[in-house]
Amino acid sequence: MSPALFEAMEISAGYGGADIIHRVSLQIDAGEIVTIIGPNGAGKSTFLKAAFGLLRPSHGMTLLRGIDVTRLRPPKMVAAGVSFVPQLDNVFPSLSIRENLEMGGYLAGRHAAARADEVLAMFPELGRRPTEHAGRLSGGQRQALALGRALMLNPVLLMLDEPTAALSPLVRNDVFERLKAIRESGVAILIVEQNAREALAISDRGVVLVAGSVALEQPGVEMLANPSVGRLFLGLDDPEAVPAAIPTSNGGG
Amino acid sequence: MDTLQLVVVGTIVGSVIGLGAMGLTLTYGILKFANFAHGDLLTLAMFLAFAVVSDLGWAGPSMPWFSFGWGMLGGVVVAVLGLAAFSLAADRLVFRPLRSRGSAVITMAIASLGLAIMIRAVIQIAWGSGPLRYTTGINRANDYFGLKVKPDQILIVALTAVVAVGLYLLLHRTRLGKAMRATADNPELAEVSGIDTERIRQATWAIGGALTAIAGVMLAVQTQLRFDAGFNLLLPMFAATILGGIGSPWGALVGGLVVGISQELSTQWIDTGFKPAVPFAILIVMLLARPRGLFGSTV
Repeated sequence: MSPALFEAMEISAGYGGADIIHRVSLQIDAGEIVTIIGPNGAGKSTFLKAAFGLLRPSHGMTLLRGIDVTRLRPPKMVAAGVSFVPQLDNVFPSLSIRENLEMGGYLAGRHAAARADEVLAMFPELGRRPTEHAGRLSGGQRQALALGRALMLNPVLLMLDEPTAALSPLVRNDVFERLKAIRESGVAILIVEQNAREALAISDRGVVLVAGSVALEQPGVEMLANPSVGRLFLGLDDPEAVPAAIPTSNGGG
Repeated sequence: MDTLQLVVVGTIVGSVIGLGAMGLTLTYGILKFANFAHGDLLTLAMFLAFAVVSDLGWAGPSMPWFSFGWGMLGGVVVAVLGLAAFSLAADRLVFRPLRSRGSAVITMAIASLGLAIMIRAVIQIAWGSGPLRYTTGINRANDYFGLKVKPDQILIVALTAVVAVGLYLLLHRTRLGKAMRATADNPELAEVSGIDTERIRQATWAIGGALTAIAGVMLAVQTQLRFDAGFNLLLPMFAATILGGIGSPWGALVGGLVVGISQELSTQWIDTGFKPAVPFAILIVMLLARPRGLFGSTV
């Protein structure tokens, strides 16, 4: 049996010596979309950062195609075929659209310019004005640019930290449509998402993270139909139910 | 002196300030701390060139127009390479250890202050406190439409323009330069994009050192060599950097010219002895009114 594209094995990680996630395991196969949902503070972003090498896990290991990548720094992860899009500040504001893409293709050296043309063709709203400074873009355009930057090196796995936070529903839909298209091209996608319903609808699998541990793992459509998940995380019932699920670590401060 | 002549003098003085400020703003924008050793790095550069043309006696045959000989070319090359190497070593021994420990920018700034004092003291021990010159020859001012300008000074302004254009092309047309601007914008995103930001920081020190070297030698050509010559230019250079917006080389150049020209023009109304207060006043007004600079941009 060939190894999974990416595998996190029992990783624990956190800040300043205190773990936020505890022995989280997760597996992604080529061309899959996996979405991690969960309440605020559950450690979703922490997990993603640890998986990409922005945070060093205190326990466990990460494998890319069966090869240990636990201690690789982000530039090496990028070189190995994994791209990461942070939730905030995910473009270089004083660089032009084209320069932002070129930075995503930094490791491709002089081939970056030709690849930037290809990516600009994939995103018409960016291709129309490649010299515009990224700092002047709208939220949706900025997210498109962040995605485009992450696609510059033809990654095998894309990690996205809340790609639709702070976007209007209409623009949100565009992003998810785009992610579907990216998956069609064979790229696996790992998403951390607050807008869980829309994300799960395009996901092969959903993972619920609560208090730093995996509480549930299910195919995306089944999770959408799961009444307890719906009540807790998808806003299908009264919103009062949600705070009850949030672990209070400091006595409700 | 009439106003136009003051503007000319101010442009020359401002070019030296702008040249120095371009290096300062580059390191400030990318390394994110105020390098108080920058002035003394200028001094180190001027004395490295002095070591070549005077201590070693390689002044070379005299050049047409200019006050110095052909040996000065070698002096500039030694100063540029020496400063690039010194800056890299300072980063390796002082700033990188602090950075990897996650030290606050104020810690870095204070460390640079310590480095500044060390450099100045060593220069004073090696070359003394008195003023020195590259040559004993005089550089006679020419008369252009009633304005007096020395060939040396034309060189300073021209060299400043060439360096500014070169720096612009580096930052906007090369892969390294774009990665430097990206790192200035958002170092974490640069890492995430595959850029080795430590390498970029080292390149920034080396390039900043080279710029500093040219500024230091030009400062000595314009005035004279003194152990505190660069330190005395620190405040005007910071004023120019803040004026132009931290991280903007064009802004630093324009800021330098504004500081230089207003300094000289001020002598029409206030005593010459108060001239150094002008950049200080500009700095305070800018920090209060427009802390992000006139153009509010980064590298």
